[in-house]
Amino acid sequence: MRADRTQLIRWGVVAALVLFVLFGFPAFLSLYYVDAMTQVAIYSMVALALGILVGRVGLVSLGQVAVLAIGAWVAARLLFATTQPYPLVLLEAGLITMVAGTLIGLPALRLRGLYLALITLMLAGAITVVLATVNFPNGGHGFLGYNGGLIHIPPIRRPSVAAGDPAYFRYSVIVAVLMFLLVLAHIRTRPGRAWAAIRQSEPAALAAGINTWLYKLWAFALASFITGVAGGVLAGAVHYLYSIGFPTQDSITLLAVVLMGGAYSLWGAVVAALLYQFLPALLNNWGVSADWLIILFGLGVVQVLTTAPAGLADQVPRDLARLGRLLMRLRGDTG
Amino acid sequence: MIEVTGLTVRYGGVTSLDDLSLTFEQGTCGLIGPNGAGKTTFFNVLSGFVRPAGGTVRAFGVDLLSMAHFRRARWGVRRTFQTEQAIEELSVFDNVAMVHEHSGAGASARRRDVLDAISFTGLDAGPDTKVRTLGMGQRRLVEVARAVVGRPRLVLLDEPAAGLPDEETRHLGEVITRIPEHTGALAILVDHDMSLVSACCQTTAVLDFGKLIASGPTAAVLRDDDVIRAYLGVA
Repeated sequence: MRADRTQLIRWGVVAALVLFVLFGFPAFLSLYYVDAMTQVAIYSMVALALGILVGRVGLVSLGQVAVLAIGAWVAARLLFATTQPYPLVLLEAGLITMVAGTLIGLPALRLRGLYLALITLMLAGAITVVLATVNFPNGGHGFLGYNGGLIHIPPIRRPSVAAGDPAYFRYSVIVAVLMFLLVLAHIRTRPGRAWAAIRQSEPAALAAGINTWLYKLWAFALASFITGVAGGVLAGAVHYLYSIGFPTQDSITLLAVVLMGGAYSLWGAVVAALLYQFLPALLNNWGVSADWLIILFGLGVVQVLTTAPAGLADQVPRDLARLGRLLMRLRGDTG
Repeated sequence: MIEVTGLTVRYGGVTSLDDLSLTFEQGTCGLIGPNGAGKTTFFNVLSGFVRPAGGTVRAFGVDLLSMAHFRRARWGVRRTFQTEQAIEELSVFDNVAMVHEHSGAGASARRRDVLDAISFTGLDAGPDTKVRTLGMGQRRLVEVARAVVGRPRLVLLDEPAAGLPDEETRHLGEVITRIPEHTGALAILVDHDMSLVSACCQTTAVLDFGKLIASGPTAAVLRDDDVIRAYLGVA
């Protein structure tokens, strides 16, 4: 009974927070920060997907930004070539990326740890090279849809209900919330339990009757789907996509911020996205070079791995509670 | 009934099980032997982690070795490991439910079956408790609950009492003794604690260097000269 109540309160707080983000942020924040928060919403999905692989199943992938590029590519192509409604395009981008990501994951499933990380990094590199060679579709004809050096390059369209930046921000947040709910539905049920078993010990999972191969593939498929959808939202957010926007090394930075945020927690994905997209926007506004962040992230990963393996999403509330108790005690002493 | 015939396992030049033939009839059976005797290897063959070089294992008339390892759980093989393997991030309920949902038992009975298995072990922690907050003895009971849920036919317990204090070992022993009547399964217990084996097992088989050196009623086996020699060495 009490557990139900706590659960209800927790959901209430989350709902209030989402509503505040949806309506409060566009009202209070400048357009510059609204755009930055749109990126946060998008990358929270990417971090969420990487968190499933790294945190839930224990598969280290260094190719997530390349998967994001596939999603963005497919969405951009569909948005130029068809008049399909935007949600349908997002779904298709997710599904096609899911197939591509799963095919990439298929041979990699026999590997673990460092070798899996290396393979995914190389595949990401390969995809980046392909993208740099053939370019992103920008409204031209054919599958590649590249119209060379034309001056009037059409922007990637947005949904009619979310043409402006604040409206598109809300749209991105709603898509992200849906993806978080999708993951929650997974981790609270059969696949989540199977992933937890695999992460703890593969022999024990096999002995419990879990088809570990299938469930690892499932994790790859789900992560690719979510990243594909995020790519679709990204396409509309930035209007123009270039292969240079998806460098291979970003996958490494992404893994670093996911570890810092907390790969095992859903909130960790939000923290990771804030570190990855909001912090650079903030520094940029203050006139500080965002290159400092690379150093900061490096130190951050060391900090998190040595003092808080569950990431900032776990550490900060715990430390705040500790600070609260300390302050209460101090007040008790003086009062 | 488990009938093992001519089972041989080799790791490179080492013969871990050497033409082993033995039968486990029913109830809780002990399997003992000095370190390196081949007990865990035998369990690994039954769970499908090790492919034997030769021999057959018939479990209740079924050729166990021809089954894929993850399918054996659905058929009814359950096991615990020497190192405790309860999943820390999950609750007690989810730990047990995880086995139930891959056992082929119906989803409609899941909640009842899982709670029944937990209460069977006498675990003094609620089903919603996270395993990471439990002590070693309680975690071992979670493992036993996982082993008895969802119609098991063969329960393999690999040193379930390792590192437990006497009081907890005694409770675990009582639970293990009741596994066959509660589930109808055949249980095989590997342990170095002879008082636990004596308390739980009507019959016991002894391995040494991959060979069967004695089997029969537990009390008689533990008095057998060959067994004493294998454990203590030749004077």
